[in-house]
This record gives sequence, structure tokens and C-alpha cells, in this order.
Amino acid sequence: MPESIDVHAQLSVMAERLQRYLQTRNINDPVLVGIRTGGVWLAEKLHKQLGVESALGILDISFYRDDFTRVGMNPKVMPSNLPFTTEDRHVVLIDDVIMSGRTIRAALNELFDYGRPASVTLVALLDLEAHELPIRADVVGMTLTLAPGQQIKLCGPDPLHLTLEQRKP
Amino acid sequence: MKIQITGGRVIDPANQLDAHQDLYISAGKIVALGSSPAGFVADQVIDASGQIVCPGLIDLQAHLREPGDTRKGTIASESAAAVAGGVTTLCCPPSTLPVLDSTAVARLIQDKADQVGLARVLPLGALTRGLEGGQLSNMVALQEAGCVALANARHPIASTQTLMRCMEYAATFDVLLMLHAKDADLTAGGCAHDGITCTRLGLPGIPETAETLDVARCLLLAEQTGVRLHLCQLSAQRSVQLVRDAQQRGVAVTADVAIPYLFLCDEDLDGFSSDYHLDPPLRDRCDMAGLREGLASGVITAICSDHQPQDAAAKEAPFASTEPGMIGLETLLPLTLRLVEDNVLTLDEAIRKLTAGPAAVLGLDLGHLSVGVSADICIFDPQAQWSLTQATTRSKGLNSPFMDAALTGQVTCSLLKGRVVYTR
Amino acid sequence: MTKLTDPTQLQLTAGGELRHFLTTEGASRELLREILTTADSFVDMNSQSVKKVPLLRGKTVVNLFFENSTRTRSTFELAAKRLSADVLNLDIGTSSAKKGETLKDTLQNLQAMASDMFVVRHHDSGAAHFIAQHVTPDVAIINAGDGRHAHPTQGMLDMLTIHRHKGDFSALKVAIVGDILHSRVARSEIHALRALGAGEIRVIAPKTLLPRGLEALGVKVYFDLAQGLKDVDVVIMLRLQLERMSSAFLPSQSEFYSLYGLTRERLKLAHPDAIVMHPGPINRGVEIESEVADGCQSLILKQVGYGIAVRMAVMSMAMSGQTRQAAALAETVR
Repeated sequence: MPESIDVHAQLSVMAERLQRYLQTRNINDPVLVGIRTGGVWLAEKLHKQLGVESALGILDISFYRDDFTRVGMNPKVMPSNLPFTTEDRHVVLIDDVIMSGRTIRAALNELFDYGRPASVTLVALLDLEAHELPIRADVVGMTLTLAPGQQIKLCGPDPLHLTLEQRKP
Repeated sequence: MKIQITGGRVIDPANQLDAHQDLYISAGKIVALGSSPAGFVADQVIDASGQIVCPGLIDLQAHLREPGDTRKGTIASESAAAVAGGVTTLCCPPSTLPVLDSTAVARLIQDKADQVGLARVLPLGALTRGLEGGQLSNMVALQEAGCVALANARHPIASTQTLMRCMEYAATFDVLLMLHAKDADLTAGGCAHDGITCTRLGLPGIPETAETLDVARCLLLAEQTGVRLHLCQLSAQRSVQLVRDAQQRGVAVTADVAIPYLFLCDEDLDGFSSDYHLDPPLRDRCDMAGLREGLASGVITAICSDHQPQDAAAKEAPFASTEPGMIGLETLLPLTLRLVEDNVLTLDEAIRKLTAGPAAVLGLDLGHLSVGVSADICIFDPQAQWSLTQATTRSKGLNSPFMDAALTGQVTCSLLKGRVVYTR
Repeated sequence: MTKLTDPTQLQLTAGGELRHFLTTEGASRELLREILTTADSFVDMNSQSVKKVPLLRGKTVVNLFFENSTRTRSTFELAAKRLSADVLNLDIGTSSAKKGETLKDTLQNLQAMASDMFVVRHHDSGAAHFIAQHVTPDVAIINAGDGRHAHPTQGMLDMLTIHRHKGDFSALKVAIVGDILHSRVARSEIHALRALGAGEIRVIAPKTLLPRGLEALGVKVYFDLAQGLKDVDVVIMLRLQLERMSSAFLPSQSEFYSLYGLTRERLKLAHPDAIVMHPGPINRGVEIESEVADGCQSLILKQVGYGIAVRMAVMSMAMSGQTRQAAALAETVR
């Protein structure tokens, strides 16, 4: 049951996995970037747990979505905020739920408009195994399969928890 | 050709007649009403049961566009539209190309109209040469060549002195003047009535005084010179008041109104539809009410169509760049009947405004169904529900906001000089 | 009676979204607020290092200017480019129209170019509306000024300025000063202010520069600048065209300036925190004193940046609306 997932516990597991992943690749000074909104909450926690020195970056991908002409403009767009240069840095990109992969693609497009990172590591709390693009997270909390019409959402920022919604037909 | 029109309700306001009677026609004239003349054997019997039989309608202003603008209309096409609308006599304005300021053009138009053989076309001659407002035209020659009146056709006469001389000269020979009151300066650059709608749409405005100032000028000069004056297509309530005051003072002035101004006002311009671009402009609701009141009270004695066919290009552009005018020959009768529905006029009065009224303005022995007169007749079904569509209109122009509208009252047959010129 | 669609409805999809931007008249408060909120995010974006977003990538925006205006055209061009659109500039005023080609024919020739959006400026009121009705339905039309009728993006950038510097419209007294009669900007501003619930809308001008019926639009008319400026929170000065003097609207520039020019003294009559705006270009010493134009209460330079943001907002909203409309139609066909 998705609602019973202890997000904070998962986060600790993910922090450990991420640390090991970065160590294996000799990445000592990463910058963390969270994708609004859920990814930012997770990124804040990870940022603290890992004791990262550089400031946290925030990406809002509304203007980079590939479906904006179909779903319309989202008027409540906050600007992205990357308080560091991404050029030649190792970026850790954090999102809450990966479904089709298009959000991540949009985030990558936007990230690369800011500069050329040395590498991008993708971290996600949940992978719903519904990929439409060849994008996989490097560090995942859990994989989950939803019934048709179901949607999962991360709520927060305190406490962080997941809710399940049934989409109306 | 002997024709009997039977079973109809004959309404002839000039003779105060409203009765179910038969009408007998022979050799182009009305020979009897009521009982058949001795020995009358009809070659043709027209069944007018359930319909109204009235004098053929007389339209004081209909643009035929020929000569000069045959892209927009021809004597043939617009005459066909006329008789389909029950209009058997119409006045065409001098704003042709070349201008109707020579006897040659006057004769050309009449000859063509005779050839077409549908409606009686009465040319209006130009008051000044080329309609330029400078030199007097050959008024007497034009009158002798068939012009029933002289007109300025919406071309303002800037010089008051010239206007005065025109009136004095016309008065000398008892020539009727049919003038559009329009102050050149106040109209310049404008295309819509200067009011709230004009402000919202950002169109250059034409104030009411563009008309009323010139109405006043014409009335006072007419009073001074004694000319017979007719004011064409008034648009403002204030103009009606000025005319009424002058009539009460004994000035020899008549006035007409064009049918669109009785149903439309400047609010209809919303959306920038060029259908509503008219000259003079559609003014506000009070003006529309004032014109209706002027009709009802008798200050205005005639309703005309002011038919102006336009080609598509002339109307397909942003509002100010379009040409003004709408077609109206085929909708004149049903719209006039709507005034009866709206209790502005009785049926008798409405028909009078289309027959005896305009005839009296022109001073012609037309517009009535007396024995011995030319058999110009309109037969219409007052209950018929119909619409004018692009496919059914006979005019070359399609420019009317009443196109495809639901109309009540339709002409079934028109006769000119005892000959059937239109059957539905 | 057949009637063409009125511009306020023509610019919306069946779902109430923007598909053209022709006028602020008749627009709902919600729609105008949406434009302001969207523009807000573009303002923030424009101050960052990455100013470009891919919202209109692959789309062609054509600037159709029948009336010259380098300023307005440049801001539209910049806005379109920041949305990653391809931009084409057509100064028709200097070519086909002069040769007598009708507007309708010009449009038909342009359609062959398969553009997605036309930004139009034309000297005839109702021109943008006419164009919206005569192009294929999936082309978005943005009105960059039509005759005296409307200049909706200018109106909205003025609203954005007020929104960002003054906040809640309902508490504000706004005065518009100058040639209201000939001003499409003033008309767009008045309609927008009404829709956004402005507390009080005033116009200040001599009679010769006032159009009829403004009171019916909920506007208070003043002939005296001192009275009209009393306690206002926003002063919008309009540009005075020099030809108004030669065509008998005003006696002279100096008299106009002495009666209606915004000087430091006169500005003191307004609320001490009042902001001063002007659609530009300004005529120093004609409608406004240099010190005021350059002073701390003046937002004239900021308006330019807001103009880019508003145009980016409106262009993306309209493109989105058009695409969704086309998709919806395709659905119904299927």
C-alpha cells in the first residue's frame, strides 16, 4: 500500500545508496538540484543528510514541458534558481516520482541551457515502471506498479508522505 | 393585354380605399375597380386571394450603378431586384460614372431601363457639374431630358453662396431639389456616429451636427429662395425636429428616411461588421426613435430603400476602409410591414409611405390605383414567411445585415404599365 | 440579422482560453489575472542568465506591421525569440499595401507561408479583428495596435507595472492624462482597469481631446489637472502627437504643457507614493517634465522590460490556446 510507505525511512536508504554511488565514481563535490515541487523537498532532506556544501538548486520545468500546448500554460510558474555554475560540475538531479520520463528530459534540457555539467546523476523516490523514454534513475527508493487510472503524489514538506488518487475516467 | 386581378384586398391610401375588390387592366392602364367593365374579357386572370393589392412601390433612392460601376450592379440586375421587391418606379441618383449632369447620360439610363423593361427608372440629375459643388448644372435641360429632380447625391456643397444660387435658379423653373444634408468639414475622415460605440471601437466619429447644421442651412435657404426642397435619408432626431418646425412655418419641404435607419442604430456596429457602415452613419437609439416618430407624425412622408449594391472587395476590409451602403430593394416591403407590427404605422399609412407619399414628393401622377392611371401594381402576401439569401437575391450585391433574416411579407407579382414584370 | 463575432469573444476558445489577443475589452478579470501571473514569471526569468525557454520552438511568428514602429516591433521580436520562436518581420506599410493590394489579398499571400502567429499593427480600427476572421483558424493573432481601437499588450504591461508596484487594484485611483481621443492605449487601459476592479479611473484632458461617452465606461472626466491628480496613486501620461496643434485640437505645445504637463509641482498633488507611467516615447517638456520622467516615482524605463514579459505571456498563452483548439477540433472530426 503506497500510503504506508515511510518516506523518511526510504530517504535514509536512498542517501546511503547515493553516497556509495558517488564514491564509486569519485564524485566528491556534487551539486544537488531538486525538481519542483516534490523533488525539492526530497533534495532538501538529502542535502542535509549528505552534508553537501554547495547551495541547493531548484528547477521549475513548466516552460520546458513537451506538452504545454496540449495542457496549457501553468500560470503559477516560479523561476528556477541555480545559485552556482553548472559548467563542469557533477549534478545530482532529484525528483519524487518517475513515470514516463518526460519530466526528467525537460529538466535535462533546462539544465543544459545553463551550462555543460560534467555528469548528471538521477535520484528518484519512486519509479512507476511506465517509461515512455529511455530514462532510468541511477538511485531509486522503490519501484511500484499502479493500477490503471491511479495516480500517486508526494505531499509535504513535513511530514513527507504519499497519497494515492483515482483519476476519474 | 387585358388583365383581371381577382380576390385580393385592395389598399390604395391615396384614394382611402381598403376593400376586397377586383381590378381591371387594359392597354397598360387601370380601367375599373370593383365590377368588371362592360364586355371585358380578361387575357390573364391573376388570383390574389389572401393577398394585398396596392400601387406599385415608388423608391426615391436606389443606386443602379450603371453607367460606371457595373462591377457592383447594372440597370438590368438592380431593376430585377426592384420589381422582385414590388418597386415599379425608382429614382436613381446622379452619382454615376460619368456623373448624371448631361442630358446624354440621362437619356442613356432611361433608354437602357426601357430596354430592360422591368422598372420605371426616374433619373435624378446632378445639381452641380460633376457633383463638385462649384458650377450650376444645366438644370432645365436635365429636367426636359427626364430628370424628375436634381440632387447632390451625398456630395456636400461647401459654398453656401453656390447652394443659394442653385436654389434660386431651381426655384425660377420650379425644379425640385433632393438634397442630402451633409457638412463637409464635420464629416471629413469620419465613418461612424460620434457616440459611445464609436469611442469604444476607436472609429473616427461624425457628430450629429454634420447633418443638422446642413439641414438648418438648407431649410433657411429654401425658405428664402422659395425652392421646392426634399431632404433625403435623414439620420438624426434633431433633423426631424428642424424639418417639422420649417413645415409648420410654411416652408415647402418634404423628407424621407431610408429603411435601415428605422431598425438599426450605432450599437449594431459592435464587431466592426462592414454591413453596418452607412452614409449617413447609423446614429443612436434616440435618433432611431425620433425617425420613427417623424414617420408616424407625418413630418416624414416617404420611406426609401437607399439600395446600394457593393462588390465583395468593397466590404471586405477593416471598417473604415470599406465603402458604405447596403442593398435594400427586396427587403423594403417586409421591413416596412414590420413597422406596422411595431405599431409605428397602420398598414394604410405604411403603404402610403411607399406609394402616395413618394409620388407627392415628386409631384407625379403615380402611386395610386385610380381609373385611367398607369397600371403599376404590387401584389403581396402579407403572411408569407421567407428569407432573402445569397442564392435568391437578384441584386449583384449581397451586402445586407438582413440577408438570411426571417422576414414576413413577400411580393408575389409586380406589374408595370399593365404588364407583369415579376412573378414569385 | 447576420452578425460577425464581436472581438471580445473571437479571441477565446470554446473553453475560455486565449487564442488571439485583440482587445482588453470584455476580457474577464480571471483572464487578465492569468496574463499578469504568467507575465510575472517571465519578468523573473528575464532577470536571470538563461532568458530563453522552448515554449514556441518550431513556431513561426510574423510581425505584420502596416504602421511603422521600431520600438514595439523590437519588443515583440525579442519576446518571440526568448520563447525560441522563429521570427519574420514584414513591414507591409512600405510594400504591397502601397501598391494597392487589399488587406485580404495580402493575407491570402501570407497564408501560404504557413506561420503560426501574426503580430499585427494597422492604422484601421478593427484591423486585427478583421485579420483574425480571415486567416485560417489555427493562426494566432496578437494585436499590436489597430487605429484608435486597442493596444492590448500595452494596456496589460501597464497593468503589470501597477500590479508589481502597487498591488491591489481595488484600492487605487488611476489617472490617464492627455490625448485620450486618439489613444488606443488609453482605451485598452480603461477596459483593463475596469475588469481588474480599479477603485477609480480618471481621465484628464481638454474637451477637444476627449471622446464621447467615457462616463458610460465608468470613467471620471476632469478638465483640470490639479483637481484630477488629487490623491491619485497612478499617473499615466499619454504622448501628445505634434500634429494635434496643426489640426486645430490645441493652440500650442506651451499652452498644453502649462495646463496639462506633469511637473514636479503638479505631481505633489498626487499621493506621495504615486507612480508615474508613460507608454513612450516621451516628449520632454510637452507632456512631462524631464525631472519627473527621470525621477524616483517614474517607472517609465521599467515598463519596457515588463512589455517583453507581457508579450511573452500573451504569445505563449495564445499559441497554447490555438493548439488546444485545433486538437479539440481534430477530436470532434474523428
